[in-house]
Amino acid sequence: MTVELRILRYDPEKDTKPHEERYTVEAGPMDRVLDLLHKVKYEQDGTLTFRRSCAHGVCGSDAMLINGRNRLACKIRVDQLGGKKITVAPLPGLPVMKDLVVDMEDFFAKFRSVQPFLQNEGIVPERERRQSAADREKFDDTTKCILCAACTTSCPSFWAKPEYVGPAAIVNAHRFIFDSRDDAAEERLEILADRDGVWRCRTIFNCTDACPRGIHITQAILEVSSAIAGRRV
Amino acid sequence: MIRDHDALVVGAGGAGLWAALELAKAGIDSAVLTKLYPTRSHTGAAQGGVCAALGNQEEDHWEWHMFDTIKGGDYLVDQDAAEVLSREAIETVIELEHMGLPFNRTPDGKIDQRRFGGHTRNYGEGPVMRACFAADRTGHMILQTLYQQCVKHGVKFYDEYHVVDLVTEGGELGQGGRAAGVVAYRIADGELVTLRAKAVMLATGGFGRMFRVTSNAYSLTGDGVSLAYRHGVPAQDMEFYQFHPTGIVGIGILLSEAARGEGAYLLDNDGFRFMERYAPKLMELAPRDMVSRAIVQEVRAGRGINGKDYVYLDVRHLGRKKIDEKLPDITDFVRVYQGIEPYTDPIPIQPTAHYAMGGVPTNLLAQVTRDAANTVVPGLYAAGETACVSVHGANRLGTNSLVDLLVFGRRAGRQMARDIRGQDFPEVSEEVTEPARGELEAIRGRAKGERKEALRHELADVMMDDAGVYRDAAGLERARAKVAEIKARYANVSVDDKGTVFNTDLLEARELGYLLDCAETMVAACINRKESRGAHSREDYPERDDVNFLTHSLATRGADGAVELAYKPVTITKFQPKPRIY
Repeated sequence: MTVELRILRYDPEKDTKPHEERYTVEAGPMDRVLDLLHKVKYEQDGTLTFRRSCAHGVCGSDAMLINGRNRLACKIRVDQLGGKKITVAPLPGLPVMKDLVVDMEDFFAKFRSVQPFLQNEGIVPERERRQSAADREKFDDTTKCILCAACTTSCPSFWAKPEYVGPAAIVNAHRFIFDSRDDAAEERLEILADRDGVWRCRTIFNCTDACPRGIHITQAILEVSSAIAGRRV
Repeated sequence: MIRDHDALVVGAGGAGLWAALELAKAGIDSAVLTKLYPTRSHTGAAQGGVCAALGNQEEDHWEWHMFDTIKGGDYLVDQDAAEVLSREAIETVIELEHMGLPFNRTPDGKIDQRRFGGHTRNYGEGPVMRACFAADRTGHMILQTLYQQCVKHGVKFYDEYHVVDLVTEGGELGQGGRAAGVVAYRIADGELVTLRAKAVMLATGGFGRMFRVTSNAYSLTGDGVSLAYRHGVPAQDMEFYQFHPTGIVGIGILLSEAARGEGAYLLDNDGFRFMERYAPKLMELAPRDMVSRAIVQEVRAGRGINGKDYVYLDVRHLGRKKIDEKLPDITDFVRVYQGIEPYTDPIPIQPTAHYAMGGVPTNLLAQVTRDAANTVVPGLYAAGETACVSVHGANRLGTNSLVDLLVFGRRAGRQMARDIRGQDFPEVSEEVTEPARGELEAIRGRAKGERKEALRHELADVMMDDAGVYRDAAGLERARAKVAEIKARYANVSVDDKGTVFNTDLLEARELGYLLDCAETMVAACINRKESRGAHSREDYPERDDVNFLTHSLATRGADGAVELAYKPVTITKFQPKPRIY
C-alpha cells in the first residue's frame, strides 16, 4: 500500500524554523516506521537525518514522535498505526539539532545526576554477593531501561519545567535504590526529594504509555516517592 | 588543534568500556570515542548469557570450557588464548556481579546458569549449565553495568565522534610505525578533530552489515579492522564468519540460542527435530556453524516450511511461565516483527550473519601484532569482535563473544596502563587530518555519482549468496569480481547531503568503504582456504585439511592495493586436533 509520511524537518544550515515535508512511499503492513524513513533517505532524499543503530528496539537510538506519541521507529509497524498517513517529528522538549535528531546531553546529564551505579563499600567477597530471587525481582523491571528518552520527553511536567529530572532518571535511580546489594539509597532519595525531583510527577502515565520496554514507570516513581515519604516519618 | 590524552579507546561496547574503566582506575588520562552514545553499542543486543565455569548448578571446570572453545573453533583456536579466556571468565563474571550486574539467581542466591550450544561437561559428554544470564538481555545488562561504572569513575567520553583515521608516528603500522592517535569527525558539526595519545585501542565491533540478512546493527561496518588494514596491519582469519542459525526470517533479528538452551526444538516441514540427522548427541545444542548448515541442507532437501527457505524454532512446550521468565525479550521480538504468538505458534527462522571470528590480530595482552612472528605494533591495542586473539578459531561458541570482550577488554585496559608509563607523546603534525578530510570532501563535493545504498545492497547480496553459509570456487570468484567492481564504482560515490551538521549521509558513505575492505579481504581469504573448517564451509573442499590449513590467515594490503595473504601457525598446547563430532 501507499503511505504518506509527513516529517517535521529542520536543517539549521538552511532553515529558520521547522517545517513539514511530505513523502509518498510504498509500504507493507509489517514494515516498521524505520523502514519507511530509510526508504525516504535512500530512494528520495538523502538529507533526511535520524539516528538509528540496532533496529530492533534494544539500543534506544530512534525514539521519535510518531502519530503524536513517542515511539521507537524500529518497533512500531505500519499496520499498528492504522492509517495511510503517518506523522513523524523529533522528541518533544529537547533542542533539535537537525530533522529528527535531538540534543541528548541534558538527558544524559540528568541520568548521571542520580548516581546510577552500584555503591557498596563493604568487603568485596571472593565470589558473587548473594541475592534472593525475590530481592532481585524488586528492581527487575527498571533494569530494562535503554535510555531512549521516550518517557521523559512525553512528560507534561518535563515540558513545563525542563529542570525536572524526569522519569528516565528516576527509573535508573529506582534500579539501585531497590537493589539489596546497594548502600546508597539514602543519597539517591535525597537527590530525588529535591524540588525538581519526584514531586514534579503528576501521575499522568504518559511515560508508562511511551516506554518501548514496557516498564511500569509511574509505579516505579511512586515506589521512590513512597520511600522518600517513609524515610521522613 | 590537537588534543592530548594518554590513552584513547575507539568504541564504547563491552570491550571498550571495560578497558576505559581499567584506565580510569589506574589514574590514566584517557577518553572513549564512540560514533553513537555508549549505551547504543551492540554489546547491548547480546541476549543469552556469558559462560564461566562457576559450577553453580552442576560440576564444571574451566578446562572443560577451554576444551569446548577449542573444539567449537574446529581446532583453529590459539589454545593459550582459550586458556586465558576460560580461566579469566570466572573472575570477570564475578567482578561484573560486584559491579552490580543483575544476574538471574539460583534458589540459594547464586548466579543462575543455563545450557548453551557446544558447552559440555567432561570434554564433550553432554550439555552443561555454564551460561550466566540476566533473562535474555545479558548483553544489555553488561553494557549498562559497565557504562554505569564508567560514570562512577568519571570516564571521559567523546559521544558521536566518528573515528575516520589512525594517526601514526615513524612510518606505517605494518612497517614498525607507532600508533599516535586518531582523527575523528565530530558528527554534530562536521569538524575534524585530532586526538593524540600514547596508546590507542580499537574496539569497534564487527562488520555484519556486509551481508543481506544480519543480526548486526547498522553501525557495525568494520571501522577498526579497515582503519588498521589501511595502515598496514593485517586482517586475520577473515574467512571465518559466523551465521547464527536462528534469525527472524528476512530481517535477521537474532533469536537467542538461549531458547534452545532452555529446551526449544528446531523442526522441519514434517514437524521432525531434524538435528537428529546431524548431531544426535547434542541435537539443537550443537555449535552454530553446524546448525546453520543443517538448516540450509533441510531447505535444499525440500524440507523447509512449505518448501520455503526457513524452518521452525518451537518454544511452545516450554510453557508460558518459563517463556516469560527466561525468554521475554526474544518472544517480544517475535510478536513485534513477525506478528506471531510464540506461546501458540512455531517461529519461522533462518540463518543470519552474526559474528566475525577474524579481525585485527592481537597477542594475549591485547597488543596488536603485524606479522606471522607476532611482532607487536607499538601503541595499538584491540579487543572484542574487532580483534582476533584468537579464541574463536573457525567458529565461535555461543556466549564466548561476551566472555572475549570482557576478558580481553579488561586485559587491554590494564596493558595500556602499563605500557604508557614513562612514554612520551608521539610527534603529530597538524596536517594529519588532511587525508581523511580530502576523502570526505571528495564524496561531499561530488555533484552526482554512484548512490551508496545501491552499492551496499549489491555488496550485501553477493556476500550473502556467494560467501555465506556455503562457499565454492565459482561463487567466490563471482564475489571477488563483484566486490572489485563495487570498489571501483565506490570511487565515484556521492551523497545528497552536502551540509556539515549531523551529516549521516556522508558518514554512511564512509562506512561503506570500511565494509568493502572487510569484504575484499574476506573473499580473498576464502578463495585461498581450500578446506572446510568451522564456519568456512567449501562445497568443493568438504573436508578439514590439517596438513595444509591448520593455520591462521593474514590478509595485508599490498603496494598495489591488492590483498596479499600470509599464514601463521596455530598455538596448540593441550588438545591435539581431532574430528569434530557432536
